[in-house]
Amino acid sequence: MNLIVNGREHEITSPPLTPLLHVLREELEITSPKAGCQQGGCGTCTVLVDGEPRRSCLTAIATVDGASITTLEGLGEAESLSPVQAAFHELYAAQCGFCTPGMVVASTALLERVGGPVSREDVLEALGGHYCRCTGYVKIVDAVMAASRGEVGEVRDMPSPEDGEPDVTIKGSPA
Amino acid sequence: MAAALIPTSPEEAASLFGEGKDVTVFGGGTILLPEIAAGRLHPTRALMLHKSGLDSLDTSGDVVRIGATTTLAALIDGTDDLLTRFAEHVGDGEVRRTATVGGNLCATPGIGAQRGDLGAPLIALGARVRSTGKGGERTEPVEDFLSGDRAGRLVLSIEYDRPNGNTACQMMRRRHAHSYAIVNVAVCETNGELRVGISGVGAMAVRARSVEQSRNPDDVLKDVEPVSDALASADYRRKMLPLLVRRALDQLESA
Repeated sequence: MNLIVNGREHEITSPPLTPLLHVLREELEITSPKAGCQQGGCGTCTVLVDGEPRRSCLTAIATVDGASITTLEGLGEAESLSPVQAAFHELYAAQCGFCTPGMVVASTALLERVGGPVSREDVLEALGGHYCRCTGYVKIVDAVMAASRGEVGEVRDMPSPEDGEPDVTIKGSPA
Repeated sequence: MAAALIPTSPEEAASLFGEGKDVTVFGGGTILLPEIAAGRLHPTRALMLHKSGLDSLDTSGDVVRIGATTTLAALIDGTDDLLTRFAEHVGDGEVRRTATVGGNLCATPGIGAQRGDLGAPLIALGARVRSTGKGGERTEPVEDFLSGDRAGRLVLSIEYDRPNGNTACQMMRRRHAHSYAIVNVAVCETNGELRVGISGVGAMAVRARSVEQSRNPDDVLKDVEPVSDALASADYRRKMLPLLVRRALDQLESA
């Protein structure tokens, strides 16, 4: 069996009934698709199969033999984020980050399909099966909508305290 | 590790299935794959149908024909009727790109929930199931297929006459993408003949013939014995079922 993952061709030796998720993570060591619930319920393992978002944990490798797979690694680099990645970064749409790979991949597919500004309802429909257990949905939805409107600028650094600003670190806090 | 059988035509699929002995039919795999990956299911031989050519969807004529491995996403794209309304509520878009119509029809109850939403609308639409197995190919009403011995049958296709009467549906489920149904009611009236399908309340979808004859929603409990699971108690389902049947019938009348 063969897979093209993020533009690179791989020969696959895992057995036919191995989930695509396990092939990506364990055989190819591509670890952005997370092994969350592993029963199709959480959405953090979502990847693009020939451009369409699907759960890699529910996809047997034999059924996608020869397909082109895109994971988060195929969307952007740290120095050149994709529009959705940049919007997630700028608008603080990631908290613990565990759901982020699936959210970004599914949102990217939505934006490609629509090709212009998306509504809140579009985003809720597209991400309806993705769980964020930090419950950070508001910022995620805002980020996807901003990315669809092209409202993503330069990646900004966090502001550093000016000279003379009071130190607000709480004494004894692990932060 | 299971031997994977990957037929490349419907005929080859039927021949590899034989009488279904020691064969696990793998449609989309949305139910089976997590079970296999977790080591809870060990198929001897897995009949994987993704290349079998059983995924044709024909909506051009007076009879809608749906191949067993048509994905729910393809079904939703290609149809707009009572069946579509139920298919839209299965999982989310990403699950529906993998899940198949045949798999949904044959789904047995899962851990803590009933599965298989499409049984109710298919019963209401008077659908027929074409399957093969012991004794060869046969076509039968969907309610007969569901109440019979499905273990030795391989579903090839499902067909129904394009509905030319009124249809209505009522669904009750938890409010998130992956919740299975608590109660599904689908009704269809063609030339004065009423058909009522119920799913989500027990292991398999059933036809509510008592309601069809009397048009009394309370009679639904003569046809259906609701079960308890993690989503709802049998008692709750017994209270909700007649209510939802009443709403569906009212909706039909005002249509």
